Amino acid sequence: MGAKNSLAGLTVVEIRDGLRNGDFTVGELVDDHIHAAERAKNLNGYITETPDLAKDMASKSDDKISRQELGSLEGVPVAVKDLFCTKGIRTTAASKILDNFVPTYESRVTENLWGAGAVLMGKANMDEFAMGSSNITSAYGPAINPWKRESDGDDLAPGGSSGGSAALVSAGVVPVAIGTDTGGSIRQPAAFCGVVGVKPTYGRCSRWGTIAFASSLDQAGPITRSVHDAAIVLEAMSGHDRRDTTSVDRPVPQFEKFLSQSIKGLKVGIPKEYLSDSLPTEINKLWGDGGQWFKESGAELVDISLPHTKYALPSYYIVAPAEASSNLARYDGVKYGMRVSDKSLEQQYSKTRGSGFGPEVKRRIMIGTYVLSAGYYDAYYIHAQKVRRLILEDFNSAFKKVDIILTPTTPNESFGLRDKLDDPVAMYLNDIFTVPASMAGLPAISVPCGLSGTGLPLGLQLIGPAFEESRLFQFGEKLERAAEFSKQPSSYVG
Amino acid sequence: MVEVKNFVQGETGEWEVIIGLEVHAQVASQSKLFSGASAKFGGEPNSQVSLVDAGMPGMLPVINQYCVEQAVRTGLALGAEINLVSIFDRKNYFYPDLPQGYQISQYSDPIVGRGDLLVEVDSGYTRKIGITRLHLEQDAGKSMHDQHPNKTFVDLNRSGIALMEIVTEPDLRSAEEAGAFMAKLRAILRYVGTCDGNMEEGSMRCDANVSVRRPGEPYGTRCEIKNLNSIRFLMRAIDYESGRQVRLIEAGGSIDQETRLFNPDLGETKSMRSKEDSHDYRYFPDPDLLPLRLDSDWVAGLRERLPELPDAKAERFVKHYELTEYDAGVLTSETERATYFEEVAKGRDSKQVANWVIGELLGRLNREGISIERSKVGAAGFGKLLDLISQGVVSNSLAKKVLDEMFSTGEEAAVIVERKGFSQVSDEKQIEKYVQKVLDENLEKVEEFKNGKDKLLGFFVGQVMKLTGGKANPQMVNKILRDLLSK
Amino acid sequence: MDLDKETVASVAKLCRIEIQEQDLTPMAQELSNILSWIEQLREVDVSSCEPLSSVVEAELKMRDDTVMDGDLAEDVVGNAPDSTNNYFLVPKVIE
Ligand SMILES: [Mg+2]
Ligand SMILES: [Zn+2]
Repeated sequence: MGAKNSLAGLTVVEIRDGLRNGDFTVGELVDDHIHAAERAKNLNGYITETPDLAKDMASKSDDKISRQELGSLEGVPVAVKDLFCTKGIRTTAASKILDNFVPTYESRVTENLWGAGAVLMGKANMDEFAMGSSNITSAYGPAINPWKRESDGDDLAPGGSSGGSAALVSAGVVPVAIGTDTGGSIRQPAAFCGVVGVKPTYGRCSRWGTIAFASSLDQAGPITRSVHDAAIVLEAMSGHDRRDTTSVDRPVPQFEKFLSQSIKGLKVGIPKEYLSDSLPTEINKLWGDGGQWFKESGAELVDISLPHTKYALPSYYIVAPAEASSNLARYDGVKYGMRVSDKSLEQQYSKTRGSGFGPEVKRRIMIGTYVLSAGYYDAYYIHAQKVRRLILEDFNSAFKKVDIILTPTTPNESFGLRDKLDDPVAMYLNDIFTVPASMAGLPAISVPCGLSGTGLPLGLQLIGPAFEESRLFQFGEKLERAAEFSKQPSSYVG
Repeated sequence: MVEVKNFVQGETGEWEVIIGLEVHAQVASQSKLFSGASAKFGGEPNSQVSLVDAGMPGMLPVINQYCVEQAVRTGLALGAEINLVSIFDRKNYFYPDLPQGYQISQYSDPIVGRGDLLVEVDSGYTRKIGITRLHLEQDAGKSMHDQHPNKTFVDLNRSGIALMEIVTEPDLRSAEEAGAFMAKLRAILRYVGTCDGNMEEGSMRCDANVSVRRPGEPYGTRCEIKNLNSIRFLMRAIDYESGRQVRLIEAGGSIDQETRLFNPDLGETKSMRSKEDSHDYRYFPDPDLLPLRLDSDWVAGLRERLPELPDAKAERFVKHYELTEYDAGVLTSETERATYFEEVAKGRDSKQVANWVIGELLGRLNREGISIERSKVGAAGFGKLLDLISQGVVSNSLAKKVLDEMFSTGEEAAVIVERKGFSQVSDEKQIEKYVQKVLDENLEKVEEFKNGKDKLLGFFVGQVMKLTGGKANPQMVNKILRDLLSK
Repeated sequence: MDLDKETVASVAKLCRIEIQEQDLTPMAQELSNILSWIEQLREVDVSSCEPLSSVVEAELKMRDDTVMDGDLAEDVVGNAPDSTNNYFLVPKVIE
């Protein structure tokens, strides 16, 4: 399906080399990616495309290149999850309630990307307000996973909430998409779409200008087709921001340097709690393969215990909705976005929010409001925050014994678009392996490592200690090399 | 301290009024608590609003260090505990002037804990009022309901301005005590410079929790009167509300716990919200803000650099300037007043200075409603006027006329005395001529005086002063009169 | 944990989300399911631990008290559904 000689499908490293060698211009590169997006329209990966802006940025980039001023992401086409505010460009959070909201400001993460020379191709589809694991909750219709089962041609979920981002990268529409991860929203769709996704340490990237879902958990991160690309992009996105006092003031390492570092003698933790009877054998087997590959690279496998793992997800479903219920109170039809007018202000609030938010967002606001309300706060919210500390302590003691932790990214492969609609809890269980690291604020990466029996991609997750993203890249590169994952999805357009 | 019972008389007996206050004092900062927008009063609609204050998606709060410092200094001035770890919480509710849908405040762990304030009540006693806590929080914007028949206008200029909420124990027992508390608190805030205390511009306002009980009984149900923006309104509201509660209970009714508003035109309070609308604010720690940790050395440094406070200053004035407690109290009730007095008193008779500042200057300032720092008569100029008196250049009574002139024009005392020819005649020969003239014109009275009618001396003095337009040195007039009359 | 219709209605009121009468019961069922799944947290003994509200182990950074923002009234009201003379407009609130 890919067009012959199209530059779409190149990785960041290949683009960097090609531009340095003068093999092509950014203008040509961007044109090919615009065309790739046209070929991939059926994936519904973008909410808003910005071809004119992209061409404009491309010509500025070409000027810079002619002056030998190359940023670390010079000319690289990037899709940005529609949760990042982009100045002068509609930003929707995939919600009706923000329809036609045009920020007058640029998020810090995207500002960093443009500063590094990246080119904005469009705003990627996502679950509404990043709440979901399927991209089905988007008010703009679901994004579609470029992968299909070998047995049928059914449309499958790309995962979520950064589903559009993962789908676009997977299909070769862009080499890089930026997502956000609150409980697994980068890693899970990356795994479902057979691409690399990184959630950095909480505090590594500024949250300024990123629409908040759950403030104590939200982190931006890259989705790419290689570990190497992810290292380059994360470095460009990261950094302290005085406007976000939860962003951390510490130097950003040159992540690329760690890719080639040996893991000989280092210890990989295998947490026993991630193994359950319901885990499909092929996922269990892939996990075992991952460990084997590390052993072959000279690392040592260590059995570890993270006893509170099973409580991460239910406590997450208190903390995240609680914060969300407050963060989303600002969508009231007064200052921006949609309004359902009424003579009574109270009615106007309720009608605006009742029809502006989709079912999953309303569900979470309701849960969040309930667990914070008088009489329930201690029993739910405080209790969950205490469990959260136990989860963090589990990881802290594990990292006294091991350098990194290896787990599956998801307990299952991608599923049909309509499969889990009527059971929210079944949907929540998608994040069972990704949420613990989120609750502890730790960095984690998902690397595509194999295919399921039905021919769908599966990922393995690496979790590192706080601010040790370098290790994710060091180990991730080994995993990637050993897995030799090279299959492309059926809807590949690069 | 005497235990003063402050009961009010109802139809059926005595009642005790119980009052606790929640004072909102705006921190005198340049910018807002969590944003870099101006905190100045006024301004075009929404012109002093940052994207943070407007609750734009993705905006985050960054705390203003100066505001933290002022809250701690205020706490220290109130002799209160400073909490080295405090937490910012979100108070969630919907209102159009609350753009984020929550107010950032401090709930479970405020920056300042228990303290006390000594309040001198005009009726002549002192009461110690417990301060429960002081916390930092954001102000809301402003809703205007009178601009349009069916729309409310919202301006967010005030949204996010730093407030200190100071909460008292239910220790106040009358409107007078509450008024005195507010005045004293205001004085302290102005002393330490953490709040300008300007109630007309809303930089200080308070909510009063009022209940009544029969002496010795447990607390009754309280009503909260919201947003009282002057001491006078506070006192009137308390008097009305306590009276209402007493009448209601005595008539067999009971008090509903509710929020009420004071209407200054009617002098009444009325219920603001119905009960079923009671709020559940769902407080929880703001995940955008880490806990606020203070360094104990930093706090100690602030304590050391705190200015002398009203009580200490008044005590010093009594000792050092030998003033009465009353005068010292008046002069130290505002830091500018005290500074003015001390400047004038330097090298002068402190009692005379106190009399003149309190009796003459403050009187004139009060009449015109001008604050001492805006007075056209500066401390230096005022001192020079007093010097003219003590040097005998001008009499006390003419000095008052000079002060009137200075007060309206700002001219120097000497210039006015010169221009108006107010200088005292102290030349002995000159005065002798005037005295002789008066005696010559009143021969009969001279005779009466010599026959023992001593009181006539005053008459002669008066005549001489009249003749000289008040300029003759009265001591010399007296002396010369006696000399000539005894001849 | 079973939520009844009335609780759902009062929570919905608290967060200003209109829910049609016929949707209250299904919503109550759905939320009850989620909450009873969450109930497994009760098994965890948390008696010896403090709640964790932030994973960032850093000091709260502060800014200086300088005016460096504002003067963007047009931007502030630019996205508003109803505004005039840089005021936001809402249906009249009767106090
Ligand atoms: Mg109050
Ligand atoms: Zn308050």
